Amino acid sequence: MEDALLVFDRVCMRYHQESGETAVLEDFSLSVRRGEFVALLGPSGCGKSTVLSLAAGLLRPDAGRVLLRGQPIQSPPAHMGYMLQRDHLFDWLTVRDNALVGLRVRGKPDAGQLARVDALLESCGLAEFAHAFPGQLSGGMRQRAALVRTLAVEPDFLLLDEPFSALDSQTRIQLADEIKQALAGSDRATILVTHDVSEAISMADRVVVLTHRPARIRSVHRIALEGSPMQRRRDAQFRDYFDRIWKELDVHVQ
Amino acid sequence: MYNESAAQKKYLAGLRHKKWGITAARWGILVVFLLLWEALARLGVIDAFLLSSPSRMAGALWTLARTGELWLHVGVTLWETIVGFVVGSVLGIALAVALWWSDTLCRILDPYLVVLNALPKIALGPVLIVWIGSGMPAIIVMSLLVSVIVTMVTVLGGFLGTEPEKLTLLRSFGASKLQCFTMVVFPGALPTTVSALKLGIGMSWVGVIVGEFLVSRAGLGYLIVYGGQVFKLDLVMAGTAVLCVLAALMYLGVAYCEKRLRARRAHA
Repeated sequence: MEDALLVFDRVCMRYHQESGETAVLEDFSLSVRRGEFVALLGPSGCGKSTVLSLAAGLLRPDAGRVLLRGQPIQSPPAHMGYMLQRDHLFDWLTVRDNALVGLRVRGKPDAGQLARVDALLESCGLAEFAHAFPGQLSGGMRQRAALVRTLAVEPDFLLLDEPFSALDSQTRIQLADEIKQALAGSDRATILVTHDVSEAISMADRVVVLTHRPARIRSVHRIALEGSPMQRRRDAQFRDYFDRIWKELDVHVQ
Repeated sequence: MYNESAAQKKYLAGLRHKKWGITAARWGILVVFLLLWEALARLGVIDAFLLSSPSRMAGALWTLARTGELWLHVGVTLWETIVGFVVGSVLGIALAVALWWSDTLCRILDPYLVVLNALPKIALGPVLIVWIGSGMPAIIVMSLLVSVIVTMVTVLGGFLGTEPEKLTLLRSFGASKLQCFTMVVFPGALPTTVSALKLGIGMSWVGVIVGEFLVSRAGLGYLIVYGGQVFKLDLVMAGTAVLCVLAALMYLGVAYCEKRLRARRAHA
């Protein structure tokens, strides 16, 4: 527990509607260490995204606690990066201005921050498009711009809500490599929500399989693969992990 | 490569040709209409006393212009319309902001907005005259009443059309409600707001002319009503023609602003 950055402690969450209430999370406990990459895998609509909204401080749990460095999360934490399914770039701003949105919410970016964003754009191959508008970019480039926007605020932990689901499979794998590279060597914690088994295995240190709603943890799989997502996909053990996790999900559908 | 560029040249020439044809046809319709009207009036096929004719309209305008009366009427009407439009638009946008800000307020006022939107605001004319008096202030209020509701409802629709995920994204950066508004909601709804202004300008003209019909001693609406009462149809037609030109110019002005805005967004 000591080096746990983010802790879910017996969290319960219900959504209230006129037509009735829905239990989304029930007794959900999970802790994520610094530098760890955790993938949440589960059927769609099982409450994966709710876990992220709780970690982002956009929702409060009905019961239990969500702790960041031992403190309950009250509002969106300062050093947090949240990436959504779609890039949600603002079409009226240039790529560079879009990348600066997170910093501008917190005030005027200083010279150091501006230089860092420019360096990030450069490393994502967006330097020559810095003054272009999002409408002129391909889907993969748009999602890269969204990644720069997320990393610009120097997040301690990243929440990725199926950030590749809107991309074609080639761009998807390429971008997974790039994100892993951007995170390499840092002690950032990352939670990736996905329903793609291969994606989870190729990126995560730990894959957490969730049950149907209300979501509980069904099983946890430590992934002992090394290297980039691309290299991991080629590893002989990849299939074993895949089969094992696939079965877990399969049982569940019936 | 050579073939391709030749085909491209041909394509561009075709486009230019078509564009010219359309412009020529547009002016052609106007010229033919005016000539036919003039000819039929001169030949006595139509009664020029009732239907006027282009030359009689021009004569009426010339007389009005020489005495300076024309500029007075045009000035009064333009002023009333611009003030009504600007105040109506600013008020409409401000109300839309307030209703976006408070979901509860929006829901409480919803039935009233539906009624106000459906009500022909012109029906309030007589009440306004009694309350405000006959004259320019009543006409301006009339004009802004007609435009304010349309502007408010359209702009509010634009604000509420903001993608919820875009707001989630900004909130995850810790943005306040005000920041959400200034960084996403307002800029995102700017195209809708400009469309609302285009609607609003037409509405302001309706308000002003009806207002002038009811109470006034100057303005194009007054000129038209006066011409009708004394059976000077040349005056009525001339007033209407001037109105057409002014309303079109004002609309083009707003459309030009819209085009500039789009151009600025498309590429810096």
